[in-house]
Amino acid sequence: MAFESLTGKLQDIFKKLRGKGKLSEKDVKEAMKEVKIALLEADVNFKVVKEFINTVTEKSLGQEVMESLTPAQHVIKIVNDELTALMGSKESKINFSDKPPTIIMMVGLQGSGKTTTSGKLANYLKSKGKNPILVACDVYRPAAIKQLQVVGSSINVPVFSMGDKTTPVDIAKGAVDFAKNNNYNVVIIDTAGRLHIDEELMDELKNIKDAVNPNEILLVVDAMTGQDVVNVAESFNEKLDIDGVILTKLDGDTRGGAALSVKAVTHKPIKFIASGEKLTDIEVFHPDRMASRILGMGDVLSLIEKAQSQIDEKKALELQKKILDQQFSFDDFLEQLQGLKNMGPIDQLFSMIPGVNMSKLKGVNVSDKDIKRIEAIIQSMTKEERQNPSIINGSRKKRIAAGSGTSIQQVNSLIKQFEQTKKMMKQFTDLGKSTKIGKRRMPFFR
Amino acid sequence: MLNFFKKNKKEDANLEKDKKGLYQKLKDGLTRTRNNFTAKIDSILSLGRKIDDELFEELEEILILADVGVVTTEKIIENMKIKAKEQKIKEADKIKDLLAEEIYNIMEVNERPFNITSPTLILIVGVNGVGKTTTIGKLANKYKNEGKKVLLVAADTFRAAAIDQLEVWAGRNNCEIIKHEEGSDPASVVFDGIKAAKARGADIILCDTAGRLHNKKNLMEELKKIYRVAQREFDNANIETLLVLDATTGQNAVQQAKIFKEAVNVTGIILTKLDGTAKGGIVISIKSELDIPVRFIGVGEGIDDLQEFDSEKFVRALFE
Repeated sequence: MAFESLTGKLQDIFKKLRGKGKLSEKDVKEAMKEVKIALLEADVNFKVVKEFINTVTEKSLGQEVMESLTPAQHVIKIVNDELTALMGSKESKINFSDKPPTIIMMVGLQGSGKTTTSGKLANYLKSKGKNPILVACDVYRPAAIKQLQVVGSSINVPVFSMGDKTTPVDIAKGAVDFAKNNNYNVVIIDTAGRLHIDEELMDELKNIKDAVNPNEILLVVDAMTGQDVVNVAESFNEKLDIDGVILTKLDGDTRGGAALSVKAVTHKPIKFIASGEKLTDIEVFHPDRMASRILGMGDVLSLIEKAQSQIDEKKALELQKKILDQQFSFDDFLEQLQGLKNMGPIDQLFSMIPGVNMSKLKGVNVSDKDIKRIEAIIQSMTKEERQNPSIINGSRKKRIAAGSGTSIQQVNSLIKQFEQTKKMMKQFTDLGKSTKIGKRRMPFFR
Repeated sequence: MLNFFKKNKKEDANLEKDKKGLYQKLKDGLTRTRNNFTAKIDSILSLGRKIDDELFEELEEILILADVGVVTTEKIIENMKIKAKEQKIKEADKIKDLLAEEIYNIMEVNERPFNITSPTLILIVGVNGVGKTTTIGKLANKYKNEGKKVLLVAADTFRAAAIDQLEVWAGRNNCEIIKHEEGSDPASVVFDGIKAAKARGADIILCDTAGRLHNKKNLMEELKKIYRVAQREFDNANIETLLVLDATTGQNAVQQAKIFKEAVNVTGIILTKLDGTAKGGIVISIKSELDIPVRFIGVGEGIDDLQEFDSEKFVRALFE
């Protein structure tokens, strides 16, 4: 898709600027056009994009380019920072009531995932030590109550239902009484999906709200929603004054620009994201991660920052010398791996590298599990073996495999990879010497 | 207004007497879409404005807000600019005709009617929550009313209570349903469905499948298996794979259509939830980029609110 190359496009635009202290207005405008397209392709609402671009343009023009960064990266940083600021700077949690039960009401369009998400939320709160109950207030869609019951029983959370002949308002009231009398401290009300322009059904939600006075009204939004999401979020927010948003279906490959639009028009936080088929697939929303997903480009800056914070300069120099002298050993390898691990999950690191297409990386399959296995193998080697891998013969391999719980083939392939990496690193550093960026290179990315 | 249709050999008279009721309904269903869309266009064009870049930029904004997408929007606008120059169009209100024509041209390419021969197996696929099961309920009603023998196959064995939901629709439409236990292999449900369809001489077999995100490899493999079973076991049947798309979906819909098409040869799209404020402009992109036609549109909650798509009527309803 087009926006994958945003970083590249920006770099092209700014290439000719190298050495200049300031960006000209024209350069910035040109760059902003690309940013605009990237945001629109990510489904961020047109009006939100317009405003955003104005803010970023202003900021880009005002600031001096930092000496250590290229202008392209500087603008990317501003874009990223502004986007993160717009997404909200920190995580927000559920407001629990001082006097139980805490009442949570789930609202949204048809098909946004309210029922499944209600189950996930109940499961999540249960794992946090709460005692939740689910309430079936969708009396319209065929088998909706049954669906909630199935979900409830699979996570061992009771479902309060009064069939589909009672009004949702009465069901909600009944459920709250039931929870009070039976010591449930969280009540999650699953309402029917409805269009934001359906006045009758929107009034029904208002009536439920007035009747049970929820602590949290959460709008469930499909992450794949396009431009119209602003109308939906605005209507629900105007009618119900929602407390937050749950973004669903984020396990798809959508950029999820809807998140930004919703935040911008309602000023309400996104509290959770749901991303998977299992009832455990729900997590607290991290605004900063969403920003780079929407932009669809590698977050060069935080990668550099992360690498800098984890690898101290002196050690890096030492390492470089070792590589140059071909003395790089398994011990160094292990140290590097641990440094890598401290930087965060591997796949996340990969997604930060610009130009790396995650879908193409599928064949590479480097997971944290693989790293753990590599660690185990190295740790099963003797000191001598680590320093001088060439002494590892058949019987030593057998011992290492047994010690690390792996197979001889796996030990073999690690040793082979190690030798290859060593060779490759030598080439890297030779290259690095001439371009003077060698010491920032992370030798194990490939 | 919309003069270019007159040049089309399509018979206006026929259209009027034939399906006036249906057309009116389509128009009503699209009221909000139209109001949002054309009212905005009218407000730009009505002021007797000059045709300049600013005007085109505003049109671009409207198209993007309708989820048409940046690439297709730029294509449409470029074509309009060229034609406006060629035809020496001076008045802004003629621009509306030009826009309708551009959209119509995209939607009409390779258009052929949706013909149902007996037996036809319609496999309904799509991501989660787009309205697959509800759409099947409405399709069953439509074909039942046409006097066809309809059989429902509950191959969504994954989502909680999906089978029950389809059963309710079978009951409402008074048609038969083939189902297994929740959690069973969906391909085997389809296998049994086809056997039953042959034995009972069903005309239309509607297969419900579980919603799945197109980037879930194993789930797409499961869908391919269903499709293979249908092809192998029902070789004398016409097999249509219809992708259900939620009109509120943004640019990701193109990706959905592309991957579903690669997996199970999607032959058409059902665009649902057009009764909201979403414009579903993404189908224009999908037609333009992948040449998948829209077959039905859902314009309301009622059982008969699913309509056959006709690009001429659609563009008319949108702009008139």
